[in-house]
Amino acid sequence: MQFGIFSVSDITRDPVSRETPTEAERIDAVVKIAQKAEETGFDVFAIGEHHNPPFFSSSPTTLLAYIAGSTTNLILTTATTLITTNDPVRIAEEYAMLQHLSKGRMDLMLGRGNTAPVYPWFGQDIRQGLPLALESYNLLHRLWREDVVDWEGKFRTPLQGFTSIPRPLDDVPPFVWHGSIRTPEIAEQAAYYGDGFFANNIFWPKEHYIRLIRFYRQRFEHYGHGTAKQAIVGLGGQAYVAKKSQDAKREFRPYFDQAPVYGHGPSMEDFMDLTPLSVGSPQEVIDKTLTFREHFGDYQRQLFLIDHAGLPLATVLRQLDLLGEEVIPVLRKEIAARQDPQTPAAPTHASLVTAKYGDSAPRQPRPNANRGDNVTGGSPYEDSAAQASYPRL
Amino acid sequence: MTTYKIAVINAGTSDPSSTRLLADRTAERVTALVEDHGHQASSTRIELRELAADISAALVTTLVTEKLGQAVTALGEADAIIAATPVYKAGPSGLFTSFLDVLDNDLLIAKPVVLAATAGTARHALVTDDQLRPMFAYLRTMTVPTSLFAATEDWGDPALNKRIERAALELALLMESDFARKIKDQSWPSYQHEYGSAAAVEADGSPIAIDLDTDLMRLATGGSAK
Repeated sequence: MQFGIFSVSDITRDPVSRETPTEAERIDAVVKIAQKAEETGFDVFAIGEHHNPPFFSSSPTTLLAYIAGSTTNLILTTATTLITTNDPVRIAEEYAMLQHLSKGRMDLMLGRGNTAPVYPWFGQDIRQGLPLALESYNLLHRLWREDVVDWEGKFRTPLQGFTSIPRPLDDVPPFVWHGSIRTPEIAEQAAYYGDGFFANNIFWPKEHYIRLIRFYRQRFEHYGHGTAKQAIVGLGGQAYVAKKSQDAKREFRPYFDQAPVYGHGPSMEDFMDLTPLSVGSPQEVIDKTLTFREHFGDYQRQLFLIDHAGLPLATVLRQLDLLGEEVIPVLRKEIAARQDPQTPAAPTHASLVTAKYGDSAPRQPRPNANRGDNVTGGSPYEDSAAQASYPRL
Repeated sequence: MTTYKIAVINAGTSDPSSTRLLADRTAERVTALVEDHGHQASSTRIELRELAADISAALVTTLVTEKLGQAVTALGEADAIIAATPVYKAGPSGLFTSFLDVLDNDLLIAKPVVLAATAGTARHALVTDDQLRPMFAYLRTMTVPTSLFAATEDWGDPALNKRIERAALELALLMESDFARKIKDQSWPSYQHEYGSAAAVEADGSPIAIDLDTDLMRLATGGSAK
């Protein structure tokens, strides 16, 4: 079981101090938060992608590469990478590069994005968002697995003889999670490819996610990737912890009440009853988080949202200390004791390399000298069995 | 003999409320007519005043409280609906339209509905047909031909009872035709649905299976949308 944090990258006014951080301050802060996450024993750091204020994370691979350079074990990922408004070719290239630089300490989570104007800004149509996402991923999946791709789709310009460079590290594509909270087609796609499925588990009551995750598990089994219990599930959640329950509630309430997403609506107590939010003592956060596996089945990755709604850096770092000392170790122990023995661990680069090659050495693609085109067949790499055939004169 | 379920939506907020009185009288008449026809009817009252905070929470977040969920379930299970609102500012009460706003678009497909409104003056008489009817058309309901409107003076006019009687019979006959159930059984996939809609349940309460035989589901397993 992996534990991590995910950040939306919002730059929100702190409702207590009434200060809004600058973009520069918030970007520095998120780097510190990620580094602290590694120090305090978390496994994963995830960043969102946005293309409008008040967010900063338009360029997740740049941020994650920097964090990879200043950490040693942390797995860097996204929550989410927009599979709709990004060109799948650029996703293939950028994340393969991140995979090389991080030595495989990365994966990514795909999502559609729900900020309507982003679609037209990037030349797309939100009404076509779902077919666009499905088609783009079908292409991305091939770009990481085939040295040379010919492609003709509805949403991007055709490709003839295209090679996405660099090839994935060890010729093992990054693991992909598909984030969705209301789209059976996305669950179907995750299941078809044997990829992971992630429910953000933040805004809706659990019943909303239970059925979609169950559907993904059934379809994962249907497509022969393993049993339903072996499907790869990730969950979000949000927590605010203090030594004493009443302190946690008192400290977090102003942030809850004015949070951009759910503020000015239901009370914090109602929201805690109805959604996965936990605000309380370490034991309360542990107890609530332990209910997730009862609802959704044993799962592989738990991410917490802890740095949003204007919470200042010092508070977030204290949260990481407390979670790392008093919550995560207990959760690891309790979940290990309770979970079904056939539950697989979350795939990592090392496990995917072993799965593909066993004890053999992984493929290391070396390009041939530039021959000016990839179009005439075969692979542009030295080790390819396929030979280019040139027309004889 | 069939037992029909009638849901009565009341957006009146005073007590006693003339809006509620209009809705109740209509429900009583529908029940009596259904019994005359050899069936039974039971009514569930959805008092929007009691749901006001739940409706506003659902509007600004995605949270459906248990109380609001019960009202949604009652509407989903209803064989017919009586929808009554007071007229404020020359239109239906915001509480009433907010409640419609948080319902799934496919919850009320083909269900027979009596539209009812009350106002302090007869000048608002067209609110039912001009404003309520298009909303319920958007929701793909079967609004009955007679809508009910009661201004203050109508409560002293026997013609109101005649209109109630007429609308009640229209509702009873549409309901007894089982039109909504037949549409759901025979034509469910031809309407737009969103995942997680409260409407996606079979008659026995189990969820309607996710449709795998669609272009999008096929696209999920490779290829292009071209």
